[in-house]
Amino acid sequence: MESTTEQPRNISGSMQSPRSPSSQPYLSVSVTDPVKLGNGVQAYISYRVITKTNLPDYQGPEKIVIRRYSDFVWLRDRLFEKYKGIFIPPLPEKSAVEKFRFSAEFIEMRRAALDIFVNRIALHPELQHSEDLRTFLQADEETMDRFRFQETGIFKKPADLMQMFRDVQSKVSDAVLGKEKPVEETTADYEKLKHYIFELENHLAEAQKHAYRLVKRHRELGQSLLDFGKAVKLLGACEGEPTGKAFSDLGTKSELLSIKLQKEAQQVLMNFEEPLKDYVRYVQSIKATIAERGTAFKQHCELAETTKLKEINLDKLMLTRSDKVGEAEIEYREVTALLEIL
Amino acid sequence: MMGSENADGFEETNLNATKEDMENLDLGVDGDDDPLKKSDVNGDTSNSGYRSAMSTLSNVGDPLSPPPTVMIPADSDPLLAPSSYEDFRSSFSSKPISSDNSYIEPPSYADVIFSPFDENSDSEINGADDSSLHSQFSDSLSRSPSSSSSDYIKITVSNPQKEQETSNSIVGGNTYITYQITTRTNLPDFGGPSEFSVRRRFRDVVTLADRLAESYRGFCIPPRPDKSVVESQVMQKQEFVEQRRVALEKYLRRLSAHPVIRNSDELKVFLQVQGKLPLPMSTDVASRMLDGAVKLPKQLFGEGGASAVPVHEVVQPARGGRDLLRLFKELRQSVSNDWGGSKPPVVEEDKEFLEKKEKMHDLEQQIINASQQAESLVKAQQDMGETMGELGLAFIKLTKFETEEAAYNSQRTRANDMKNLATAAVKASRFYRELNSQTVKHLDTLHEYLGMMMAVQGAFADRSSALLTVQTLLSELPSLQTRVEKLEAASSKVFGGDKSRIRKIEELKETIKFTEDAKNVAIREYERIKENNRSEVERLDRERRADFMNMMKGFVVNQVGYAEKMGNVWAKVAEETSQYDREKQNS
Repeated sequence: MESTTEQPRNISGSMQSPRSPSSQPYLSVSVTDPVKLGNGVQAYISYRVITKTNLPDYQGPEKIVIRRYSDFVWLRDRLFEKYKGIFIPPLPEKSAVEKFRFSAEFIEMRRAALDIFVNRIALHPELQHSEDLRTFLQADEETMDRFRFQETGIFKKPADLMQMFRDVQSKVSDAVLGKEKPVEETTADYEKLKHYIFELENHLAEAQKHAYRLVKRHRELGQSLLDFGKAVKLLGACEGEPTGKAFSDLGTKSELLSIKLQKEAQQVLMNFEEPLKDYVRYVQSIKATIAERGTAFKQHCELAETTKLKEINLDKLMLTRSDKVGEAEIEYREVTALLEIL
Repeated sequence: MMGSENADGFEETNLNATKEDMENLDLGVDGDDDPLKKSDVNGDTSNSGYRSAMSTLSNVGDPLSPPPTVMIPADSDPLLAPSSYEDFRSSFSSKPISSDNSYIEPPSYADVIFSPFDENSDSEINGADDSSLHSQFSDSLSRSPSSSSSDYIKITVSNPQKEQETSNSIVGGNTYITYQITTRTNLPDFGGPSEFSVRRRFRDVVTLADRLAESYRGFCIPPRPDKSVVESQVMQKQEFVEQRRVALEKYLRRLSAHPVIRNSDELKVFLQVQGKLPLPMSTDVASRMLDGAVKLPKQLFGEGGASAVPVHEVVQPARGGRDLLRLFKELRQSVSNDWGGSKPPVVEEDKEFLEKKEKMHDLEQQIINASQQAESLVKAQQDMGETMGELGLAFIKLTKFETEEAAYNSQRTRANDMKNLATAAVKASRFYRELNSQTVKHLDTLHEYLGMMMAVQGAFADRSSALLTVQTLLSELPSLQTRVEKLEAASSKVFGGDKSRIRKIEELKETIKFTEDAKNVAIREYERIKENNRSEVERLDRERRADFMNMMKGFVVNQVGYAEKMGNVWAKVAEETSQYDREKQNS
């Protein structure tokens, strides 16, 4: 299993500085300049994606495109489909709360996470060669839109539906045939790793939860120090010297402290809580891959079963020399092919 | 390590000692009064003025009190050394609330960097050098100079018990709670150093408060605990009884802190006389009305001498008394003051007083406001500490998990580093808790003074009602006078004298004389109250300023000290994990 926790945080441009001799291949991406576009319900944020590279497949030393969140989602989904077994870097979540969606803080958090996302892909030994990545980084906006609609439009649904059918099918056939639960791929090590991942997610999630609360607490403390400072200053105004001055000083310092606390809250958020959240997402992405693997394995088993059955069938038919042989052969080949793919 | 031993020793003692022992809130005499000490479990005198702190800290049950000189050098402060991780972990999980507080030494910052505030105002107490440091710590420590020569009086309320009223009715008497009130003092008035106890019920306290209010008009008398309008079932609940016990104790301590009231007969009697409280009970309105009703016909119909206000009653406000007629008269007067066109004969002309009253009102508003903000600050600090602790715990769990399930060694090293972070967070959480319990004590001064503002209002009210009495009497005189003149004029026209008229004139002249006397008494009383007001307000201002200064110092010292402690903890973690930063910079 890949250990991705070792990746450095700040990876934009970390592969090589773009100014290094162009003999070394490099690909560095940055996501910048969030801009709000559109109106009302349809409003969204667009980002500038700047690619600096000397790789032959890419156009020119630098290319700038405009992308929005759903484009990133498209890229992630494509990679997930194509590169099975590889841990795809996680995306920041969709925003649940409407109000929050356009707050400066949220936008910045999202931008930073998207930047890291793309860079991780760019640095990944396999993923970086992905054609979809190239499309994402290079295609003009209309082409991108087209791609995106294709994915989210018709394509997805059939695939999902097929999957659902297969699941139901296997469950039914299991029940009918009185089979036990299909064997899950397990070895002691694999189980251990799965267990590790699941537990890790829990721990990380809890840590992240508290980290987020800590940010809130900082803000709250900052606010109450501010209010306290103001109240104390007013009180000082009622008192003569030297008490009055002391109160006034106390109030001023409280206000200053309050500002510092707000800053600290921001730092804790960006440098501590967000990375934690990122790790949680990453572990979740790993879990998704594990799940995929599980599904693939199941399918593999089923197809193996089917293949066996078809083989038996074919043999039988061959014996009886019926015209069904031809058909059965074709089916057999199809199934075997599928099996290979898996 | 001396520090931790002491800490442990202290914790034990603390847990075993009774509240009584721990509540060392001794009050200094010699004019060094602070009626607003808050008592608490650990005898913290955080609210005391420098003066009181110096002279009165008692040493009861305190194994920790090193002689004052120990505190000076920063390094030698033993309790400052942070305990080992295990201590924190165990203490964190067991949450010993009782150990948080005043016995924890203040941080080294206070020793080294924090230069003493002006000593000038307070050097009268202790010329010693260590007094400056001492007084800084006094906010968070309870230590007494070994030679405590000043007078003190210490009151404790304890041991609530249910008792039954003996009654003739078949239903039996209702039950009520009594409290044991123990006084320890060396004041001569109480007969030298002595200790004694009585049992009192809440009703007795009400009586005490009322009698004091009568005898000490114009003084800022600390307000007594509220009567509670709750069912008798609630009255007997543990929580309620405990609340009331605490309130009573605070009240009695404040009373005994007041330089004049502490010497009052009423208080002495209350504290010393066994058995039934020998003070006249306050009567309720109904019985007052009843008696008043008896008087009323006489006054209405007998226009003679009985209509004069008995002179001795003039020194009390009309409202609390039984004299309905007087009540009506004064009410009429106050209405005419407010609405009438003519100016009353004597007006509150003292501009200074009016200004002062205005100022007091403003001050009260600000204290209320500050007190509210203080409360939310305390809450925010508490939340911060809690969350920090939870975060630390979560990381500890994560660390444990990583260590156990590690497949690679790198995980173990990371886990170790994480452990440092977790430890730091837990330590910081503990510091926040400590800081907060100290903060609560300091900022409590604000709450205390809210009570005192009420007392001031009471004092001002005394003045107003006395003035009203004067005004009423003054306005009666002219009308009486005119009636006499009319009668005289009329009677002079009748040949040989008009017997009935002459009699009436005589009676009226008597009334006038009585009223004149009453007026003089009332004026004297009014002046007396004015003077009481003045001196009390002056005393209050002085003490309040000192107390507030102290509060601020204590508060700030604490904040600074704990900020320093926490800063050190985090700096240490940063140091320990600095390799990551270096790696990052190199990559």
